[in-house]
Amino acid sequence: MRLDSVGVTLGGVAVLTDVSLQLGSGEAVAIVGPNGSGKTTLLRLIATLLRHAHGVGTILGADLGGVVDRSVRTSIGLITHAPALLDELTISENLIHFCRVSGRNEEAAPKALSAVGLENVAERPVARCSFGMKRRAEIAWLLIAKPRLLLLDEARSGLDSEARVLVDSLARLTRERGGGVVTVSHGEGDLGLDVVAVHRLENGRLGKIS
Amino acid sequence: MSLWKQSTEVMRVDLVVEQRIGDTFRIVLPFAVVALMIFSLATPASVSDVGDVGTAVFWGIAILYGMQVALRTSMSETEQRKDIAILLGLDPAARFLGRSMAAALLLTGFMAVLFVAMVILFSPDLPGGWAWPTGLAILLAAVGLAMLATLAGEVASGLRNRSALASLLIAPLAIPLVIGASQVLESMAGDDGILIWILLLITTDLALLVAGVGLSRPLEEASR
Repeated sequence: MRLDSVGVTLGGVAVLTDVSLQLGSGEAVAIVGPNGSGKTTLLRLIATLLRHAHGVGTILGADLGGVVDRSVRTSIGLITHAPALLDELTISENLIHFCRVSGRNEEAAPKALSAVGLENVAERPVARCSFGMKRRAEIAWLLIAKPRLLLLDEARSGLDSEARVLVDSLARLTRERGGGVVTVSHGEGDLGLDVVAVHRLENGRLGKIS
Repeated sequence: MSLWKQSTEVMRVDLVVEQRIGDTFRIVLPFAVVALMIFSLATPASVSDVGDVGTAVFWGIAILYGMQVALRTSMSETEQRKDIAILLGLDPAARFLGRSMAAALLLTGFMAVLFVAMVILFSPDLPGGWAWPTGLAILLAAVGLAMLATLAGEVASGLRNRSALASLLIAPLAIPLVIGASQVLESMAGDDGILIWILLLITTDLALLVAGVGLSRPLEEASR
């Protein structure tokens, strides 16, 4: 993954300006910054969910400015600060739905739920699950999906120590498979994984800390 | 995964969600029946044939309340859910087809029950052999309205006032559906042919299908 002087404008406002970032195979980078600094926008850009206004970039070999192939997008795993599950379905049903839509084997769902400690609440509707349970369910999905690029948007915040370990394990497994990890957080203390570089994002501009 | 498999999966989940929430049959349908009752009570005694008013009121209420049924999924979608759908590799055409199929099934049931309520409340003088042409008109109107609402929901997606905007988009574009569907019974009563009105409904449905599938990917890219 590589971004060169990339900028993003949303509603006429420059949210990211001249952002350059590089991530190699098996590496992890961290981006820290205050609320409203553009961290989530940067992750959505890397996830090919946003179009950039200027600069160039490639994500898993795909040109950021072009029409992104389905195979690229299905290789990206994103954990946002608000879990993206269907409230009306159970945890298990959500995972099966994800598997069916993405063409993955749904028989992997029970094992993944067991791996994140949700086997006893698998049939509970998501609407009646705690934030931590929803986050574990997302981790279970990503254990099935095995993304080549993992994007973590404050994924450890609001979680107990056991769930944080699961997030860290997911990041470690992704790197061991040769994938890359980008994690964003408010501060360096919340990172929880070894990174090759820590960048600070402030007012949409990225600067390297270490 | 094939387009058809993705479409049926989207439809299945939409219907499961609807079954659990019950928006269509527990909330929208009772309100639509109440609206029919109000019209039946408010129709002046001087109106010579209340039954004729009933079929017109039925189509008006079916389209207006049907919009609520057809728009419910796209209006409740969050940005996070849209993002995960894209990253799951869900083809936007499959999303359009799946949602339209789910909405069409719900709308067909909704309109069928509403039609029965209209017959009870207005006692219209139905022409002989009305059942299958009316059923076909309801089915084709439901399919068209479902696709129209799904498409309008996609166009208005991401806007703050999307609910109002989507309704404004649907209302004028639903005119061929209303005309075609309402004229089926009218033509039967007057011993005229209904084929032209059925063809109007089919043509409108096909045009919406082509537009919906064809525009789904550009609309998704435009929302980036």
